[in-house]
Amino acid sequence: MENEAGALSRVAGLFSARGYNIESLTVAPTEDSSLSRMTLVTSGTDEIIEQITKQLNKLIDVVRLMDMTEGPHIEREMMLIKVRAQGEHRNELKRVSDIFRGRIIDVTDQSYTIEMTGAGDKLDAFVQALEPGLIIEVVRTGVSGIGRGDRSLKL
Amino acid sequence: MELTGADIFVRALQDEGVEFLFGYPGGAVLHIYDALYRQDKVNHILVRHEQAATHAADGYARSTGKPGVVLVTSGPGATNAVTGIATAYMDSIPMVVFTGQVPTHLIGNDAFQEADNIGITRPCVKHNFLVKDVTKLAETIKKAFYVATTGRPGPVVVDIPKDITAQKAEYHYPDKISIRSYNPVHIGHPGQVKRALSMMLDAKRPILYTGGGVILGNAAESLTALARALNFPVTNTLMGLGGYPATDPQFVGMLGMHGTYEANMAMHHCDVLIAVGARFDDRVTGNIEKFCPYAKIVHIDIDPASISKNVKVDIPIVGCVDNVLKAMLVELGNSTAQTDAGALKDWWQQIEEWRSRDCLKFDRDSDKIKPQYVIETLYKITHGDAFVTSDVGQHQMWAAQFYLFDKPRRWINSGGLGTMGFGLPAAMGVQFAHPDATVACITGEGSIQMCIQELSTCLQYSLPIKVINLNNGYLGMVRQWQEFFYQKRYAMSYMESLPDFVKLAESYGHVGMQITRPADVEGALIEAMKLKDRLVFMDFLTDPEENVYPMIPAGGGQNEMILI
Repeated sequence: MENEAGALSRVAGLFSARGYNIESLTVAPTEDSSLSRMTLVTSGTDEIIEQITKQLNKLIDVVRLMDMTEGPHIEREMMLIKVRAQGEHRNELKRVSDIFRGRIIDVTDQSYTIEMTGAGDKLDAFVQALEPGLIIEVVRTGVSGIGRGDRSLKL
Repeated sequence: MELTGADIFVRALQDEGVEFLFGYPGGAVLHIYDALYRQDKVNHILVRHEQAATHAADGYARSTGKPGVVLVTSGPGATNAVTGIATAYMDSIPMVVFTGQVPTHLIGNDAFQEADNIGITRPCVKHNFLVKDVTKLAETIKKAFYVATTGRPGPVVVDIPKDITAQKAEYHYPDKISIRSYNPVHIGHPGQVKRALSMMLDAKRPILYTGGGVILGNAAESLTALARALNFPVTNTLMGLGGYPATDPQFVGMLGMHGTYEANMAMHHCDVLIAVGARFDDRVTGNIEKFCPYAKIVHIDIDPASISKNVKVDIPIVGCVDNVLKAMLVELGNSTAQTDAGALKDWWQQIEEWRSRDCLKFDRDSDKIKPQYVIETLYKITHGDAFVTSDVGQHQMWAAQFYLFDKPRRWINSGGLGTMGFGLPAAMGVQFAHPDATVACITGEGSIQMCIQELSTCLQYSLPIKVINLNNGYLGMVRQWQEFFYQKRYAMSYMESLPDFVKLAESYGHVGMQITRPADVEGALIEAMKLKDRLVFMDFLTDPEENVYPMIPAGGGQNEMILI
């Protein structure tokens, strides 16, 4: 979409005005400074998704739109998670984090901060795998998506 | 030569060919008003409330097809305009609204008369712009007119901070403009047109259901030609009236909640429904589960998002309705296939049987004035040739039922948003555009009071509007619903302390009349029409108990009407 003030609020406003659901939304400028790229995760019946697609296309700030789920694509999300890491938990947390290919990027004598990327369900699985009492804070970026192979969203 | 932003604004409007600018001055737009003062090409019309500026521009747009243009100040000027912008948005009316804004450095400071105009109007505009750079002002104005008038039309807001109107830049108004993400489709897909026509030719019980898109897309002629070539019945939505001649035998009347029995029954029983520039509004469909149960549906619309939004259609055609209908006519000319004349004969026989139910009948012997009779008489003495604006409620439905529109752009009402207060200011816009035409505003004592202050504007500009006030003392449509669905508990639908409308009109410098007996209705209307250069406010005291029939109650199907 156009990299302009207000473009994001037009999209967000459309979703709230029409009662559509936003599960996650990420947006940032691209290599072309006039364009931003937004990945938005939503849900609904085929009819609702069709309406969402059409309504988004009507927004003048939306330059091109692609439903990633119509073809092979890659989804990635990053999570930063701060966990209580004391005593016997320190080794266990390191091991679980390694299994999920997380990286410990900050350490104190009380805590670890782990960085992890992957599809949303992998991050969910990691959170599930931890003892709930150990989690201090979770920050997730929301999903970014890109088509596989030659499939691309370009002007 | 460099011009100030204010002069750029005025030059751009001149170059855009803007005749009328409806507005109201204020601090943030004073530079612009000064620039307007120094020229005489754009006529600024001073209203009495910003809502009326937008409705007047809207009436101008609906009756001419040209965009309506509005100028209001920041803060309350802009917020007052919002109702009119939303009204235009719901009915897809081309309009460009310029709002003043506090100087750039004060934006976000809670400055005097500051409001977030872009944020407030975002959900009810086709697009809006905040001008932050005077060198972009002319181009932004061009873009605003381009977006407002192309594709599915709609209102566009341009928010201009005060400092931008003082800064200078070279003036250049582009002839053409393109926006990379905005490319409305014009021509319908030829394959879809072919498929649709073949389905239509196979139909046994077809009906053309046509809406405001036919009016906005100037497609009345093509629609009439196609309907006649096929001998199909035609029904119009509230917004589509005038898109097909109402006096033509193929016209079965308006459809929907207060549509005719024949139109709704034909919809319910049809086997092929051809929707043209209509959007399957809830007031049309009734209960969506029961809507057109036997029909295959063709839907022609310029807006892909209107297609299969409420009702799943079988053959969608995206494009300008006029182009698509013309393509159908060409295709029909080339086709060897023909309509099923035998089936159509049976279908028409069935429709005539429904029509003979005479669903719009009313008591003609009553000693009270029946509102239907007033409109019928207005139709008769204006020879069906007036521009008719309305407000919202019972009078609006009666106007739609009893004034037969043979031409497009004659019936001006707020169908989508249902804005009370629309009628009088809209009539002003119509009268400015058509100074010699008869313009009647059909209203009620509830609606008229929502923009009554515009009687003052009408005097300033000598607008000879004929106000037909169907005064039943009640907010009639609310009262009707309370009678039917709330066991006659008339909560807040009765207005005490109504003004003396005759004196009120006179105090504004107009002619006031009060009509209390059925026998006086025709004479009074004739007398009022003779006063060609005066606004006449006609206060008809009508039967307070009268209801609008037929009616599809909420949740009902189109074949489940309450009839009198």
